[in-house]
Amino acid sequence: MKTHRVRVIVTLKSVVLDPQGQAIHQVIDGLGTAHVQDVRQGKVFDLALDAESPQAALLTAEQLARNVLSNPILETFACSLQ
Amino acid sequence: MKFGIVVFPGSNCDHDAYHVTKHVIGQEAHFLWHGDTDLAGSDCIILPGGFSYGDYLRCGALAKFSPVMREVAAFAARGGPVLGICNGFQVLLETGLLEGAMLRNASLRFVCKHVHLRVEETNTPFTRLIARGRVLRMPVAHMEGNYYADEETLKRIEAEGRVVFRYSTPDGQIDAASNPNGAARNIAGICNGARNVVGLMPHPERASEAALGSDDGRAMFDSVVAACAGGRLAESVA
Repeated sequence: MKTHRVRVIVTLKSVVLDPQGQAIHQVIDGLGTAHVQDVRQGKVFDLALDAESPQAALLTAEQLARNVLSNPILETFACSLQ
Repeated sequence: MKFGIVVFPGSNCDHDAYHVTKHVIGQEAHFLWHGDTDLAGSDCIILPGGFSYGDYLRCGALAKFSPVMREVAAFAARGGPVLGICNGFQVLLETGLLEGAMLRNASLRFVCKHVHLRVEETNTPFTRLIARGRVLRMPVAHMEGNYYADEETLKRIEAEGRVVFRYSTPDGQIDAASNPNGAARNIAGICNGARNVVGLMPHPERASEAALGSDDGRAMFDSVVAACAGGRLAESVA
């Protein structure tokens, strides 16, 4: 057993309205320094978890991402070993 | 009858629910700690408002893992009446006992004001004494009340008559101006397929005494008392 680090990124599904992303977009537009087409806000979770292998760690992270870290109605997730 | 009011770390409307059920409508009421698995013979479960687990991760997302929720789900599966108010509604959505999810209010503001709800369905334990189409006035206080479900789910919920409350004007019109948070189709509250689990964002327990500005919400508690009394009323009372 080793401790593996997995990063989980959770983002809103594209069909879901993101008022926070829109608010951020408006502020960025107001700066006038960058031309931004779209902003959507997500979440990052860094997990340090014990597993027999990196693959096992990824599988566990995916389970946690599905059952805890994300709401499947609103969000999708991606896990990557660090 | 006995009301069981679940208390999560961060729940803060549990005492209001206790006050109404015990002192206003005169039934037995007690608190159910989230870590316990004993519902103590409750006839009706209330998941109260507040900020369970600080709204960390997502509103209601961590509360769904509390030991008591396994028992609440079993109680609901047996047909027991369950009422989720505000954060309680969010917990029911996260647990899957009700369909859909909550987004942040479209205005990005915490909305704290009285709203009007039109009662769409009277065939639930919490609305059986209320005439269909009646408009209730009660307060909302939330940042994440923007009810969302995909089109297919929304169509199904509507077709099955499971939208129980809709934000409306004082005279019962459904329009954008009366929607405080951007919720799909002005949905303020829904029920499950078996119609024993109801969730709503507004607070009927803060609208059960005229001195607080409205007692329109009291009828929801009177309804479940009648439902648990076993008798079917011949007709709803306005």
